[in-house]
Amino acid sequence: MNRLTYIGIAIAILFILAAIFAPLIATHDVTVQNLLARYAMPSGEHWFGTDSLGRDVFSRVIYGARISLQVGITVVTVSTVVGTVIGAIAGFYGGWVDKFLSGYLFNVVLAFPGLLLAIAMVAFLGAGLGKLIFALCVIGWVGYARVIRGQVLKVREYDFVQAARALGASNMRILFTHILPNAIQPLIVQASLGMAGAVLSEASLSFLGLGIPPPAPSWGTMIEEARGLDILYNAPHVLFFPGIAIALTVLAFNFIGDGLREYLDPKQRKR
Amino acid sequence: MTETNVENLISIQDLKVHYKTGGAGLGSLIAQTFRGFRGAMPVSEPSEANDVKIQASGKKVVKAVDGVSLDIRRGETLGLVGESGCGKSTLGKAILRLTEPTGGQVFYNGKDLAHLSQRAMRDQRKNLQMIFQDPYASLNPRMNVGQIIGEPIRTFNLANGLSVEERVQELMETVGMSRRFVKRYPHEFSGGQRQRIGIARALAVDPEFIVADEPISALDVSIQAQIMNLMEKLQSEKNLTYLFISHDLRAVRHLSDRVAVMYLGKIVELANGKDVYADPLMPYTKALISAVPVPDPEVEAKRERIILKGDVPSPINPPSGCHFHTRCPFAIAECSQIVPQLTEIKPNHFAACIRISPEHPYIENN
Repeated sequence: MNRLTYIGIAIAILFILAAIFAPLIATHDVTVQNLLARYAMPSGEHWFGTDSLGRDVFSRVIYGARISLQVGITVVTVSTVVGTVIGAIAGFYGGWVDKFLSGYLFNVVLAFPGLLLAIAMVAFLGAGLGKLIFALCVIGWVGYARVIRGQVLKVREYDFVQAARALGASNMRILFTHILPNAIQPLIVQASLGMAGAVLSEASLSFLGLGIPPPAPSWGTMIEEARGLDILYNAPHVLFFPGIAIALTVLAFNFIGDGLREYLDPKQRKR
Repeated sequence: MTETNVENLISIQDLKVHYKTGGAGLGSLIAQTFRGFRGAMPVSEPSEANDVKIQASGKKVVKAVDGVSLDIRRGETLGLVGESGCGKSTLGKAILRLTEPTGGQVFYNGKDLAHLSQRAMRDQRKNLQMIFQDPYASLNPRMNVGQIIGEPIRTFNLANGLSVEERVQELMETVGMSRRFVKRYPHEFSGGQRQRIGIARALAVDPEFIVADEPISALDVSIQAQIMNLMEKLQSEKNLTYLFISHDLRAVRHLSDRVAVMYLGKIVELANGKDVYADPLMPYTKALISAVPVPDPEVEAKRERIILKGDVPSPINPPSGCHFHTRCPFAIAECSQIVPQLTEIKPNHFAACIRISPEHPYIENN
């Protein structure tokens, strides 16, 4: 593990702690408006300035971590696990199993514009954090499943997989100890990028009123609310701080993913 | 086919591995559409165009192994030689069911391996093992040596009273590796050392029979000798039976008791090792043997070589009759019609060629 990995872990822990202890850290009530102090620049009173309704951006970023991290981490974890299992089954068993899964199911899910499907589902199930996470997982897993399927197709032809079969290893053992460890590398990269996608998708859905109702802050919602050229010119801090929070989160998980990849590869592991 | 006092360990009968290829996709559609126009297309062997096996489903059939019958005797090394793509690796893998045979039988201990259930086959795998060609691809890069060699011991619970770790170290010493390396990963070893790990892994289940699929062809010459010597030593210590697959005729001569020559999915000659080399009968074998360089410049300069024309024809579209007739310097018209059977031309010396017979074993004189 290299230094960047530790930096990534440090940032992630910092953000998670911030989310947990948000009530202690926040300097202002996140829903209290002060229309006289709209778009105030960062100052001693408002560290990150205020937004269009005069709410404290710093406090909203801290509280926003709660929703955004929850959505990001849960969606990526669930999608990755579900996608890996289904993709591995498709690639490993092949035949009609693969024809049904990758030839039919994957394509059906991918054929929908992702966000539209999520909107339809949230509209059907009703708004709320849990339902939003569920909807994002339903559209999210298929990308991971496709990557894993392709990798498994490749790895299962390696000689060491045949050797394991010749040595009497069961299908499950071959899949989990021989194929998957050699197949998950690209998944780690995709998962760390998927984190950003999930945070932003949550923002889009919340903006449409299908996620977390407006006064509650999330990083995505804050960015959605601050859209517009005039805000970018006149009060960039409204956009900047939640944006930086998302960027740092993605960066942190990228570093962690890199470290994980190195750790899993004996060739790169330092002894 | 064999002497009565020799015990067959494995008896292969009419084994076939046919793959369907292509499928009813665009390619085969075009092929079918243009089949009528073959004459106008630049095909190398237009006379054989009609033999392309296009089945009703529109798929072509690759006959990688096409009706091989072979006995492997207990304790012997049977060398299997042939050009690339002749099906020798596929035959080895089909015996072990790493490739599913599509026809025929493989008898071992009175059981037909080719028709065992997957579960029953798994139980047999501790008797039948394989050494792979590429020592870089045949070891899982994410497992250390101890895990690699220990896996089959754990699968079959074969530690023989020792702990798995002790058994692994014992095996490492058997193949000439230091037990200190037990925690190392494959990428830290040279090709020869990796091949030793592969051999130790195969030995872990204490097998009777090992298919060695070109075990030395990926190694340096100096290392090749080490691995061959190791294989010989292990054979005498553990009474192993080998099917030694190789295109290296010198290595096969060195290791094998008997040699089978394969061409396009069929066995064309089978005899004791020294007979195949000293007295080859089938024209293809003659050409193969004559391709081995002699390490003596004077002899090498003078000796006559049989140079074969062209490449091995595609097994999708093998020549009719004797598969070898397209390249055979002795071919006559009948060769393209009659499929030759493996016949005992001399005692214990079998060849598949219609132009030779026990009465007239030498094709040059016929």
